[in-house]
Amino acid sequence: MFYREVGQFKTSYAADQAIFPIRQDRIGLALILAVAFIGIPLVGGEFMIASVMIPFLVLALAAIGLNILIGYTGLISLGTGAFMGVGAYACYKLSTLFPQVNIIVWIIASGLVSCAVGVLFGLPSLRIKGFYLAIATLAAQFFLQWCFVRVGWLYNNNPSGAIEVPLHTLFGIPITGATAKPLTRYYVVLTIVVVMTWFASNLVHGRIGRNWMAVRDMDIAAQLMGIRLLPAKLLAFAVSSFYAGVAGALMVFLWLGAAEPEAFNINESFVLLFMVIIGGLGSLIGAFFGAALIHILPIIVRTAPDALGLSIGSATAEHLTYIITGGLILFFLIVEPHGLARLWQIAKQKLRVWPFPY
Amino acid sequence: MSGADDILLKVDNVSLSFGGVRAITDVSFDIRKGEIRAIIGPNGAGKTSMLNVINGFYHPQQGRISFHGQTRARMKPYEAASQGIARTFQNVALFKGMSTLDNILAGRALKMKSSFFWQMFRHGPALREEIEHRKFCEEIIDFLEIEHIRKAPVGTLPYGLQKRVELGRALAMEPTLLLLDEPMAGMNLEEKQDMSRFIIDVNQHFGTTIALIEHDIGVVMDLSDRIVVLEYGHKIADGNPDEVKSDQKVIDAYLGVAH
Repeated sequence: MFYREVGQFKTSYAADQAIFPIRQDRIGLALILAVAFIGIPLVGGEFMIASVMIPFLVLALAAIGLNILIGYTGLISLGTGAFMGVGAYACYKLSTLFPQVNIIVWIIASGLVSCAVGVLFGLPSLRIKGFYLAIATLAAQFFLQWCFVRVGWLYNNNPSGAIEVPLHTLFGIPITGATAKPLTRYYVVLTIVVVMTWFASNLVHGRIGRNWMAVRDMDIAAQLMGIRLLPAKLLAFAVSSFYAGVAGALMVFLWLGAAEPEAFNINESFVLLFMVIIGGLGSLIGAFFGAALIHILPIIVRTAPDALGLSIGSATAEHLTYIITGGLILFFLIVEPHGLARLWQIAKQKLRVWPFPY
Repeated sequence: MSGADDILLKVDNVSLSFGGVRAITDVSFDIRKGEIRAIIGPNGAGKTSMLNVINGFYHPQQGRISFHGQTRARMKPYEAASQGIARTFQNVALFKGMSTLDNILAGRALKMKSSFFWQMFRHGPALREEIEHRKFCEEIIDFLEIEHIRKAPVGTLPYGLQKRVELGRALAMEPTLLLLDEPMAGMNLEEKQDMSRFIIDVNQHFGTTIALIEHDIGVVMDLSDRIVVLEYGHKIADGNPDEVKSDQKVIDAYLGVAH
């Protein structure tokens, strides 16, 4: 009906190689960006911005990183939570050692630290694959988490063992610390996430992304194309951990404001893994779908009874949230085992040919 | 027509064994520039192992291989690729999650040089390169007559077309030597005719040297300039189709007689 590319003829390969070759997709993307940058700040309350949107964006960013590794390169990792932790602790350490440097610089730099750690733990990936690799990355998870607890230097020997974020400003406006307004934090997170999603999208649609997918789909044939496995896999680990590291830094500095080592435990890694799988392996929009399903859906379920004027006890509401969220996850996976991104694709395909079946 | 300098690939006394199993024993042959060279033999004769040795998957315990006059003992598959050896597989080894076009573009991996930085912005050199290689791949797509499936995920394609896409991916590497491992296995007559036509065209128009494993003897005799026959890892015959066809050892081992 309205989503139909008939009549949009391309006269150059440049137009056909564009990431969004269909006009409606470009309009849709512009609309989403407009809603994110203008709409949500206008209508959303403090709760909406601080507890729904900021966490959603941070988790989506980490999920994009993990998706590059699992979905695009086919390397399973159970260490994403720890890599986020590396980013968070690196950012904390760097920003307390050199407080005068702009915090955005340190957020990017902490991504690079995480990237280096990721490459180190990615080295076994040349020899081992699949579940075995998952176990190797699990070692990274436990080792790094141990460091966050035991190495006092990382949290400046704070007696509580936690890291607390001091005040930092950008152009004179506080963006981290207790005095930073949620809206400012939201804009900083949103800008970083949009730019990094754009980078990720460019990477996966170009030569590097094709090399990654070639390694994922058939590594023997990939070698024959002249793709060297170790550099390709390490690059995937590097980029993936960079994204996780930046997400970790954002999580502590712009979302939570303080964090304990427990924030980066194996649960966090699993939650991100679920997001990537439910959202759709090998799809960037899937990372956003997954983050929305896992983070926003429980919030909606929790607030729904109040909104409908039903009064149920908070404990009951909590149990119901778990039951309903779990049920919906099962439902989505049964309807489409390849994740929400595939469901989205099928919906678009149906729209293209509507009202005909094919 | 045979001089020492028009030999592209020379296999010298190559032996390969896996543990106690000898896959190839002391085999020597050569491939001349611009010819279609067939390797035939019964199942388990070591034909595919031979291809794997040529493109660096297996490292022979004995013997040497020289390509373009350069002799090598050990080589990695990506080094073979960068020297211009391309390959298709007996069971299709396409990148299943990717479209036909992306598969063929992946074959250009070695020719694409733009840096990570420009890739990140998909701008400047990265974008120019992408368009330029797209053009090249479109020529291959045109040549193989697969325009209609260029955006289709290869996993959904019928077998015959998958084989054709795989050939396209190998051609995208602009190889000097193309190794085809049973390019016509499991095809019907029309598909075999199409594939034979493509192989001859590749050989004549691009001047690509081709080494081919195939069980359809009719096709082999028609296509190839010279044939190597292997049995149990040994070379039992080598020569042009007529010589091989009338060789008693080959008839006993592989061809059989019409009753």
